[in-house]
Amino acid sequence: MDSIYWPTFFFYLFSGLACAFAVAVLLSSNIVRMAFYLVLSLGATAGLMFLAGAEFVGAMQLLIYVGGTLVLLIFGVMLTSQERFVVMKTWAGDWVKAFLAGGALLFILAYAAFSIPEWRGIERTEADAIVAQPTVTPIAMGLLGARTDDPSRAGYLLPFEIVSVHLLVVLIGAAYLARAKRSRSSIEKI
Amino acid sequence: MAPFLSQYIWTWLAYTIAGLVHVVLILNLVAVGALVFIWLERKISGRIQDRLGPTRVGGKFGWLQTLADGIKLLTKEDLAPAGADHFLFRIAPYVSFCASIAAFIAIPFAGGEYPWIAQHLNVGVFFVLAVLGLEVFGVILAGYSSASKWSLFGAMREAAQVVSYEVPLGMCVVVPVLIAGSLDLVVIGDSQAGSLLNWFIFHDPFTFIIFWVYCTCATASVNRAPFDLAEAESELVAGFHTEYSGLRWSFFFMAEYGSMFSVSILASILFLGGWHGPIPVTNFLDLSPENGPVLGYMGQLIGAVNVIGKGVFGVCIMMWIRWTLPRLRIDQVMATCLKYCTPIAAAMFLGATLWQLQMPGKAFFGLINVSPSVFAIGDGGSATRLVKPAESKQDVNEQDQIARKKPASLELAQKGL
Repeated sequence: MDSIYWPTFFFYLFSGLACAFAVAVLLSSNIVRMAFYLVLSLGATAGLMFLAGAEFVGAMQLLIYVGGTLVLLIFGVMLTSQERFVVMKTWAGDWVKAFLAGGALLFILAYAAFSIPEWRGIERTEADAIVAQPTVTPIAMGLLGARTDDPSRAGYLLPFEIVSVHLLVVLIGAAYLARAKRSRSSIEKI
Repeated sequence: MAPFLSQYIWTWLAYTIAGLVHVVLILNLVAVGALVFIWLERKISGRIQDRLGPTRVGGKFGWLQTLADGIKLLTKEDLAPAGADHFLFRIAPYVSFCASIAAFIAIPFAGGEYPWIAQHLNVGVFFVLAVLGLEVFGVILAGYSSASKWSLFGAMREAAQVVSYEVPLGMCVVVPVLIAGSLDLVVIGDSQAGSLLNWFIFHDPFTFIIFWVYCTCATASVNRAPFDLAEAESELVAGFHTEYSGLRWSFFFMAEYGSMFSVSILASILFLGGWHGPIPVTNFLDLSPENGPVLGYMGQLIGAVNVIGKGVFGVCIMMWIRWTLPRLRIDQVMATCLKYCTPIAAAMFLGATLWQLQMPGKAFFGLINVSPSVFAIGDGGSATRLVKPAESKQDVNEQDQIARKKPASLELAQKGL
C-alpha cells in the first residue's frame, strides 16, 4: 500500500470533485442548485491550491470566489427573479454551440499543457526532495515593491496601487448607485 | 504525529490514524462544546432573569439537560415543507455545520515549536476568516429552499449583515497581524509570550479600542443578540430555521455555538495572548520542550486549557450581552457597522500602523521593551521556521526586507484609506 503516492491521490480526488460539480452545474436547471454546485466546485479548486502549497491563493479562492458566488446568488438572482424557484431551460442548439466553444477551449488548453516539457510530471524521488517554500511573504513583499526571489528586479507596487484605487472607486460607485433614492420633490421641500 | 507513527506501522495507516485523531478531537470539541454551552446559556439566562434555569435532569444543576434535549430532538419527525426544494432543504444544515467546524482546522490550541493544531497553515487568520464567512451559505440555502417568506427574509437579513460586518472584522484582524508581522496564528500567539503585559490588547491605545470593535463585529458576524435579526422571533417567527425541526434544526445550533467558540478563540489568540496566560505559569515551572517531552507536554496542555478557557469566557460574555441588551432594528444594525465600526476600525488601523512605525519592539502602551528573543519570533518567524537552513541566505534577505517593509505599508495605508 505504500506505493500509493498520497499527493497524487488527493490531486485526483479534488480535481475529480471539481469536474463532477462543474458538470452538475451544467446539468442542473434550478439556478440556486447551480450556484450551490458552483460553490462546491470552486471549493474543490481551493483544495487543489492548498495541496499545491499555495495557501494564500487557496484562502483567497475561498474568500473571493466562493464568497463572491454567494453575493452573486443573493443580489443577482434572488432579488431580481419574480418566480419562487427559478428554472432555466436550455435549447438543443445552445448545447451544440456550447459544446463547440467549450470543446475548442479544452482542446487548446490541453494541447498547450501537454506541449510544454517543463509541465510534465517528475520522478517521485525528485518530488520528495522539493521543500515547500512559504508563499505569503514573497507575495506580500512583491506587492510592496521588494522582490524576494530576485532583489534586482522591481516589485509590483504601482500595479497594486492602481488596482486598489480602482477598487476604491468601484466601492464608492456601488454605494452611490445602491443608495436609497430620494424623490426630487422631497429634496426641494427641504 | 504521522511521521512518528510511520516508524512502526504502514505509512498510509499512520496518516489515516493521525488524520482521524485530529478530526475526532475537533468534532468532539465542537459537539461537546455545544452541549456545555447550551446548558450554560440556560443557566446564565435563568440567573440574569432571576430564575433558576434547569434544575432536575442529572442532579442539582441540571447539567444533563442538553443530553435530554438531544434525545428529544433525535426522536422528532424529520419534516420538510411540501413546497420546499427538498435536496437543498436537507443539505443546508450540513453546509453550515461543516463551515463552522472547518474553521477549527487552522486554529492552534498551543504554540511553540510543535504547535497543537490540526493543519499548520501559513495563512491561518485568513483561512479562518474565509471559512467563517461560508457559514452564511447554509443559512441562505435554508432560507431559500424552505419556500417560506419568513425563512427568506431571515436569510436575506443574515446575508446582508454578515457581508457588511466582514469589512470591519477584517480590518480589526489586520492589526494584530501587522504587529506580529505574520498571518500565521501560531506566530501571532507566540509573539505575545510572557505575562499579560505582552498581550496585543495592551500593545497600544489603538489595539485596546480595536479589540472592542472586534468583539462587536464578531458578535454580529455569528448572529448573536443584539444582532440576531435573522431569527427575530417578534417579526419573523424564527427566521431562517422556521421550517426546520429535530436534528436538522439542532445542526444549525451546533454551527452557531461552534462559530461563537471559534471567534472567541480567535479573539483570545489575536488579542489576549492565546496560550500565554495572564501569569506565565509555564515559565515559572519550566514546562518547556527543552526540559524533556513530558514537561513540554504539560506546558502545552496548560496552554490548550488556557486557550479553551479564554474561548469559554468569551462565549459567556456573548451570552451575558444577549440576555442584557435588546435586539437592534435592521437599519440600526447596518448603521452600527457602516457608520461606527468601519470608520473606527479604519482609524485605529492607521493609528496602530503609525504607532508601530514610531515605537517598534515595545509592549504595554509602549512602556515596556520587549526582549529581543520574543520579538524575533514575531518578526519573520514563519519564514525562519518553514525555510530549511539551506536557504539561510535568502532568509537574511527576507528579514532585511521585512525591516524595510514598515514605511511601505504605512504609505499604502495612507493611500488606500
